[in-house]
Amino acid sequence: MSDTAPRAPKRPRVDPLYDPRVRAAVYQVLLLLLLLWLGYQVAVNVRANLVAQNIATGFGFFGITAGFGINQSLIPYQEADTYGRAFVVGLLNTLLVSAIGIVFATILGFIIGIARLSPNWLVARIAGGYVELIRNLPLLFQIMFWYVAVLSPLPAVRQSIGIGFQPLVQRLADGLAWLNFDLAKAAAGLVQRFAVWIGPPEVFLNNRGLIVPEPYFHSGAGIVCAALLAGIVATIAMRIWARRRLDATGQTFPVFWASIGLVVGLPLAALVVLGFPVGLVQPELRGFNFVGGIRLIPEFVALVLALTTYTAAFIAEVVRAGILSVSRGQTEAAAALGLPRKRVLNLVVVPQAMRVITPPLTNQYLNLTKNSTLAAAIGYPDLFSVFAGSTLNITGQAIEIIAITMAVYLTISLVTSLLMGWYNARIQLAERA
Amino acid sequence: MTPQQQELRQTRNPVAVDIVGLNKWYGSFHVLRDVDLRIARGERIVIAGPSGSGKSTLLRCINRLEDWQEGSVVVDGVELTDDLKKIEDVRREVGMVFQQFNLFPHLTVMQNCTLAPIWVRHMPRKAAEDLARHYLERVQIPEQAGKYPSQLSGGQQQRVAIARALCMQPKIMLFDEPTSALDPEMIKEVLDTMVMLAEDGMTMAVVTHEMGFARQVANRVALMDAGQIIEMSEPARFFENPQHERTKLFLSQILR
Repeated sequence: MSDTAPRAPKRPRVDPLYDPRVRAAVYQVLLLLLLLWLGYQVAVNVRANLVAQNIATGFGFFGITAGFGINQSLIPYQEADTYGRAFVVGLLNTLLVSAIGIVFATILGFIIGIARLSPNWLVARIAGGYVELIRNLPLLFQIMFWYVAVLSPLPAVRQSIGIGFQPLVQRLADGLAWLNFDLAKAAAGLVQRFAVWIGPPEVFLNNRGLIVPEPYFHSGAGIVCAALLAGIVATIAMRIWARRRLDATGQTFPVFWASIGLVVGLPLAALVVLGFPVGLVQPELRGFNFVGGIRLIPEFVALVLALTTYTAAFIAEVVRAGILSVSRGQTEAAAALGLPRKRVLNLVVVPQAMRVITPPLTNQYLNLTKNSTLAAAIGYPDLFSVFAGSTLNITGQAIEIIAITMAVYLTISLVTSLLMGWYNARIQLAERA
Repeated sequence: MTPQQQELRQTRNPVAVDIVGLNKWYGSFHVLRDVDLRIARGERIVIAGPSGSGKSTLLRCINRLEDWQEGSVVVDGVELTDDLKKIEDVRREVGMVFQQFNLFPHLTVMQNCTLAPIWVRHMPRKAAEDLARHYLERVQIPEQAGKYPSQLSGGQQQRVAIARALCMQPKIMLFDEPTSALDPEMIKEVLDTMVMLAEDGMTMAVVTHEMGFARQVANRVALMDAGQIIEMSEPARFFENPQHERTKLFLSQILR
């Protein structure tokens, strides 16, 4: 070791005009100046226009009474409430549609993506047809299709269509009765009794929306929740134990079924013991309306259906590409070791496919969230139509509202990216080490 | 393994692989034509031949990575059919080494080696790791256990692939052109490993163009062409005194 720091080698002199480093610096300074000038121009213009049109600035409008109704809100809301509250209602509606859409689109997308690779000719063709049909039609068209062509012509409340097992059995009974000979009639009687025994359907569809059962929580519900929590904790403990036992003895444990038993079984036992403090209220048609149950407005149903089926088509392609990216050699090598098909998929194919799937899957989640603004077309009160629509029209405070709307969507998207990035980093960790 | 155990294995079934009247078509292309091949326990067979002659396909029939239309394949007394259980039983006892290594890129060398012993043989992890360390030492790369396949050279990867197969303690080893994807200077290290296996008395079926290896370790060398075994004899006779014109032509092309 010498005392003097190593001297940087002298660079040969270059004419500044041809020095790439000098050139890069000059270009960057020029670009920065251009951007500053543009920003200054925008600011000056905006101020001049605001003054000319006599528009108030600032965020004071948040406290003013909104004066318009919203047809779906997760928190209590009425016309006399403020713009601030309307903003929250819209934001929650956007988050609701996006979250539900993402969950269902992921499930449907994975099923269709895997189905498209099925060796079963018919299954693969149906999945392929679905993808090609759905992804080649505009999303706005699909939203309108569900809203106008499917949900609007539905019958009125009194003639609601029941969805579930019972209506199918009922149809069967009706069909058998229609056949009109002795054996069929006898069978119809039996099926009819079976239909009555099943009880009325739980879900109804009519032109005012989708009626689903409503959960209730009586006293003792806390204990059931505690049982669920205990089941989850026990499952985690059991998984760690199973892992240790696998390491120690090589014995596999039916982790999946044991988990189901703990997570479902424990709360179920608590439910029975406590006399069902938690449950679902069946919607029931009384007079001209339903009692009990939650009504999902047609706008919500149409939007969720369209966003889910549309995004699922793209996710299906992402999943298919991910699985195909794992070479045949990998499957063959795993199979040649004697691993059963299930383990080949679990241990070799899926972990490798997920790395390819995750980044484009994030894109699809972002697209779904941003596409939810098309809600405006059918009047679903999402953030965009409530805030950047109604609120902006009435108050005229374009700059603040657009800035806030931008910030909200940007935040939602960045949080989604962050979560998916974290997941991606976790599964990519290997191989880079 | 004690000598007694080794002997027990040898005597239990003197025929390791018995292939009779094997026929396979890819669509209208007849890949395997009436192939008969019997490999005795402890025997080492090298299969050579021009590309497209069906030698890899034949090898892959032995652990049913390929199925066939006619004929029978019996491995260690178990006849291979569509029965998934039997296929898995056979694959457990038959190790395979591929041209492209096919190591699992998301697992470390150690995890590559312990995956099947743990999930198929239900060995305790500790025992599986000891076993893996043993075989990684045999193929002379114990120090690479914690690395990922992409961090190794081609020759090292192929030796890991051999160790991975050995960790299942197979009775038969299949090699499908194990040196064809390697740079010349790495071929020797892989061949040396295979020679070592042969010296241990492993039953081996090797598809390769390495005629030096064939001469050194094979009990019999077979030449395949157009889906048929044209000629099969012990190396001395195969190389010094081939009977068929096709064999002479092949040797003249490959040995220069």
